[in-house]
Amino acid sequence: MLTLRRFFATLGPGVLWLAVFLIVPVAIMFGYSLLTRTDLAQVGGPLTLESWGRVFGYDALFREWVPDNLRVLGRSVLIAGFSTLLCVLMGYPLAFYIARQPARRKSFLLLLLIIPFWTNFLIRVYAWILILRPFDLVPSLTATFLGMVYAFLPFFVLPVYSSVEKVDWRLLEAAQDLGAPPAKAFMAAVFPQTLPGLIAGILLTFIPALGTFVVSDILGGAKTALIGNLVQNQFGQAGDWPYGSALSFLLMGAVLVGLWLYARAAGQKGLEELI
Amino acid sequence: MDVFKSFRNAQGGETRVLDDIDLDIRKGEFFSLLGPSGCGKTTLLRILAGFEQPDAGAVLIGGRDMTGVPPNLRPVNTVFQSYALFPHLSVFDNVAFGLRQKGIGGAALRDRVGRAMETVRIGDFGTRKPDNLSGGQRQRVALARAIVNEPEVLLLDEPLSALDLKLRKELQVELSNLQETLGMTFVFVTHDQEEALVMSDRIAVMNRGRVEQLGKAEDLYERPRTAFVANFLGQSNLIPGKVQEVGPGGAVVMTDHGPLRTVYGADLNVGREVMLSIRPEKLRMERDDETEGNEVRARVDDIVYTGAENQYLLEANGQRLVAFQLNSDIGADEDFDYEEEVALYLPPASLVILEEG
Repeated sequence: MLTLRRFFATLGPGVLWLAVFLIVPVAIMFGYSLLTRTDLAQVGGPLTLESWGRVFGYDALFREWVPDNLRVLGRSVLIAGFSTLLCVLMGYPLAFYIARQPARRKSFLLLLLIIPFWTNFLIRVYAWILILRPFDLVPSLTATFLGMVYAFLPFFVLPVYSSVEKVDWRLLEAAQDLGAPPAKAFMAAVFPQTLPGLIAGILLTFIPALGTFVVSDILGGAKTALIGNLVQNQFGQAGDWPYGSALSFLLMGAVLVGLWLYARAAGQKGLEELI
Repeated sequence: MDVFKSFRNAQGGETRVLDDIDLDIRKGEFFSLLGPSGCGKTTLLRILAGFEQPDAGAVLIGGRDMTGVPPNLRPVNTVFQSYALFPHLSVFDNVAFGLRQKGIGGAALRDRVGRAMETVRIGDFGTRKPDNLSGGQRQRVALARAIVNEPEVLLLDEPLSALDLKLRKELQVELSNLQETLGMTFVFVTHDQEEALVMSDRIAVMNRGRVEQLGKAEDLYERPRTAFVANFLGQSNLIPGKVQEVGPGGAVVMTDHGPLRTVYGADLNVGREVMLSIRPEKLRMERDDETEGNEVRARVDDIVYTGAENQYLLEANGQRLVAFQLNSDIGADEDFDYEEEVALYLPPASLVILEEG
């Protein structure tokens, strides 16, 4: 039995941290989303659902539905999804390549993967402008994808790598021994072992990609505005915090729906593996 | 001879792990590859399975050349040392894996998988995952997964080594019975000499990449040809000497203990240096000298009581000898004491001449 004292000594700090830095801010944000913008970056009464209405496209002034936000959300999901797909296609083989190297080379390659994190993310994205400008690619959708894959590839490769490291390769031999040709043996014996890492990698790539605004802002231009840019605008230039808060919930909702769909598909065990 | 395999000079890196192995395994026999770790027996098995290729030579299975044929196209299946069960598949799906690769499905699949599972007595475990099974049960799943494909040769890579002694003994008997029932050719790799003796029709004793001796269990035990075989299968007393006399009934070898007669060595040249070998349990310890010859005076140095027998460490003319006497409880005077002077009788039929001096 966990006594109260032991609870505070062991779980206390973690629970406290979550309560203060996760639940409380979300609660505050929810409160803001129900308030009204009184001036630039100022909020006040009365309590209203107007911001939520605007999130879903209800224009209170003209009393009509303009589903622009949902369109932006849809576009964000597509762009984040495609970026994630690119990361999977490039990062999955890369993780195998690194994991199969001799120990010293492996450490070196992992170091190369981590080195970019030593430089500020914003500066690295700006650097891409210099790289891509000669090709007349800034701003463009292509530049956005390049930037996204560049930004999130390490987050995909690292969890997949740690899965591949633990792969029991004897199972591959067992599958071949039982009559499976090499590609089939790989899919039957090795791929399932890397699934937890693959899923973790996809989530670590897709969720931040869905919410990013830096990459699309700097490399994508106005035409490729994502849901993240929309939120950022409300807290920045537009100074409409209630609307920004409500928009954040739209993004959060999209992620939660995605996770819920995944959990339902993978069953109870899926969620455990995910963590 | 339906199964013939020969390969020569398989090189693993710089060292030669298999050197001129020429084996002829018969259809339907329980064949064991026995040797210490690093002797090349597992490499040999992997060459049979197709996971490794010989540098020279050929593997023939059922008369067909298997050189260069990938593992998935060979008519062999392997029971791996680690079992290598698929953790994400149920027991049923593990066993069904091989048949599904061949495109067998539906009732035929269920029927054959069911029968294989019954054969190894895991009929009720179909829906379980390997993680929820004990070591012995996993072993059975690995066995069912292999035999369900009805391979021409079943390869077993130390499949019992991870199990505890009691279970191992049980499974030894079961494996042996299974092989008889199925009539399948089993090639069994082990470093456990007792395991090999209990189960095999024939055994190839391997050492440093070569086959030291090939034969039935009794042949190997009763008539080892090299010192390695004499000591790897059980224990032996080795006595060096020189051939003194040769006749149709055997030879007389001059040793530190005097002349010893043996029924072997009728074809040897007089004057040749040889090594005699005798099993500890074949030595007869006596209190009184009889005059029939082949006797050695010895003193009891140490006694090890093992339950079924007493093991005597003896000192005879500066040489260490070991004798096992059955604990048959005939009378107290059958046991010998520390420091006691005894006569050791070495029966001529039990004195084997080894090939290397």
